Amino acid sequence: MADAVVLLEAVRKSYNVGTPVETEVLHGIDLALEKGELCALMGPSGSGKSTLLNLIGLLDRPSGGRLTIDGHETSGLGDKALTRLRGHTIGFVFQYHYLIPAFTALENVIMPMLVDRGRPDPEMRARAEALLDSVGLVPWRNNLATNMSGGQQQRVAVARALAMNPALLLADEPTGNLDTKSAQGVFDVMRAVNRDHGTTILVVTHNRSLADQCDRIVQIVDGRITPDEGTAAHG
Amino acid sequence: MNDWVPFEWIAASRFLKEGRMQTLSILAGIGIGVGVIIFMSAALAGQLANVVRRVLSAQAHIVLVPPQEVARPLRGPEVAEAAIVQRPLQRVRSIDQWQRIIDEVAAMPAVTAVSPMASGSVLAVRGEATRSVSVQGVEPDRYFRIVPLPDKIVAGAARLGADDIVIGADLATDLGVRVGDKLNIAVASGQRATLTVSGIVDLGSKGANMRTTYVALHTAQALLGLIGGVSSIDVTVRDIYAAEDVAQRISALTGVEADSWIKTNTQLYLAISAQAIANTTIRFFVGLAIAFGIAAVLIVSVVQKSKEIGILRAMGASRGQILRVFLLQGAVLGLLGSVIGSALGALAIILWGALVRNPDGTPLFPLELDPELFLAAAILATLSGLIAAYVPALRGARLDPAAAIRG
Ligand SMILES: Nc1ncnc2c1ncn2[C@@H]1O[C@H](COP(=O)(O)OP(=O)(O)OP(=O)(O)O)[C@@H](O)[C@H]1O
Ligand SMILES: [Mg+2]
Repeated sequence: MADAVVLLEAVRKSYNVGTPVETEVLHGIDLALEKGELCALMGPSGSGKSTLLNLIGLLDRPSGGRLTIDGHETSGLGDKALTRLRGHTIGFVFQYHYLIPAFTALENVIMPMLVDRGRPDPEMRARAEALLDSVGLVPWRNNLATNMSGGQQQRVAVARALAMNPALLLADEPTGNLDTKSAQGVFDVMRAVNRDHGTTILVVTHNRSLADQCDRIVQIVDGRITPDEGTAAHG
Repeated sequence: MNDWVPFEWIAASRFLKEGRMQTLSILAGIGIGVGVIIFMSAALAGQLANVVRRVLSAQAHIVLVPPQEVARPLRGPEVAEAAIVQRPLQRVRSIDQWQRIIDEVAAMPAVTAVSPMASGSVLAVRGEATRSVSVQGVEPDRYFRIVPLPDKIVAGAARLGADDIVIGADLATDLGVRVGDKLNIAVASGQRATLTVSGIVDLGSKGANMRTTYVALHTAQALLGLIGGVSSIDVTVRDIYAAEDVAQRISALTGVEADSWIKTNTQLYLAISAQAIANTTIRFFVGLAIAFGIAAVLIVSVVQKSKEIGILRAMGASRGQILRVFLLQGAVLGLLGSVIGSALGALAIILWGALVRNPDGTPLFPLELDPELFLAAAILATLSGLIAAYVPALRGARLDPAAAIRG
């Protein structure tokens, strides 16, 4: 699988390691996401979806197994290298539209580029404007995050996740807090990104109708992946 | 978001602006603390300078006298009384090889001026009136660098030719002499001289003004039977608080006795030292209180912002960047607080100058707006802000991003 953007081999995750309440949450996950795939991750509450997403997003480390992101085997990487790989390869969208409230919509979109390059420049601004345009929010660019609706904030979050043109977009219930119409709007934006830029997307959702619009659905139950289901779109 | 401003500055300033109430409260706290330190330091320094100025204005920092045998020839306006008690028939002793000693002492880097003196008790006679006075023979060029007589002249000039004498203001009144009048000087040994009053000085105290006269060194030597000799050597030093140290070194170097103003004013010196220690202690604890205040505010801020920190980490911010964002906040709080404190301190100092006065309306003592003090306050406050921010900043930097985002 030379083209796999995400490759998990027998990945395990335990919490509270070394304490009496040590619990293994993920029990040997094997999973590969091809470049350009739009994949839904579904499963009951507590089954380990967020845990898995955090591992893939390099926000947390596996307790065992091998995790390869964009060709980099990660177990040997230190915090600096992981941070760099994360910043350049992965974009995040979370359930509770976590924009940074002290900044405007535009500044939030600039932020990943700013963090990477250290100082703002006109090119960053131009790119951020373009991204806001692609999610239909240019008129709101100077609004503080707190002055926007949930759906708008989440679209800004998608734009921000794309700022570094990542190979992989991870979204943890991005539409969980939105009404059906806004949810579809956010999903459409992600679908378009996937189509136009070939970005690999893994999206956790409880929404069957959104999952059905993906290329593939991965099911996770009690920390184990069950065989892939087809989707309505791709049989 | 200005171009070319680093990410850390942008984030730090936004976070401070966002937590406006916290920021303003801690700035007020730092400002008051720094203001108190600045005003207190200026007040103590002003008072100290005032006292020391008074004590040292008519006294050398160190006086060299011949090695102690029985009686010690004392001199100087402050000790004029003691000079008079000296037994009249006792010959004034000279310092051996005083010229060599002057050269050696003058070569010491800590020393700023050296001046030989021949002094002793004489009688000043004017008509029917006779007064016992101390005559101090000096070389004007050298002596004026130690005690600036020309600044203290109230009539005539500080001129010390071979037949000139400069006398204290109260003595002049007492004897009824004016500039240009003749004054007869008689010594117990039988020596006499008739000198012309060239100047009248105010030495700052009635005792000194009553008993002090100045003549040229040669004139005094002739009167006192000290041809070619001197009875004491006055020394001033760069750092007045090192005077005792320097005195001991001079003593070791030359074998003469060296008395510093610190030794002859022990009580005053102890009071000054105690005040300096109290001042330092208060500064230290106010600084500590400021540092804890900043730390407390930033610890709360790190907790409040843990989600934002998690998000920033998720979008690629390094631990170092997060660390610097919070360190900067600490430094900025310290710096801004010290600017506010400097303004408050300066205001207090100006108000002091305008409102606190002697009964006669003159300022009690001047307080100086010492720029170094403000600079030191700014640097110290910024540094303590940085140090205080270190623990919270480290907490923020080490935050587990997954846990922070989960909330
Ligand atoms: N930091 C942690 N420490 C201990 N246990 C944890 C931690 N994070 C998650 N867990 C446990 O791991 C299991 C999986 O949690 P996870 O958040 O991955 O589930 P999820 O599938 O995302 O659920 P949901 O749909 O409710 O978001 C749960 O039993 C949870 O209690
Ligand atoms: Mg979850």
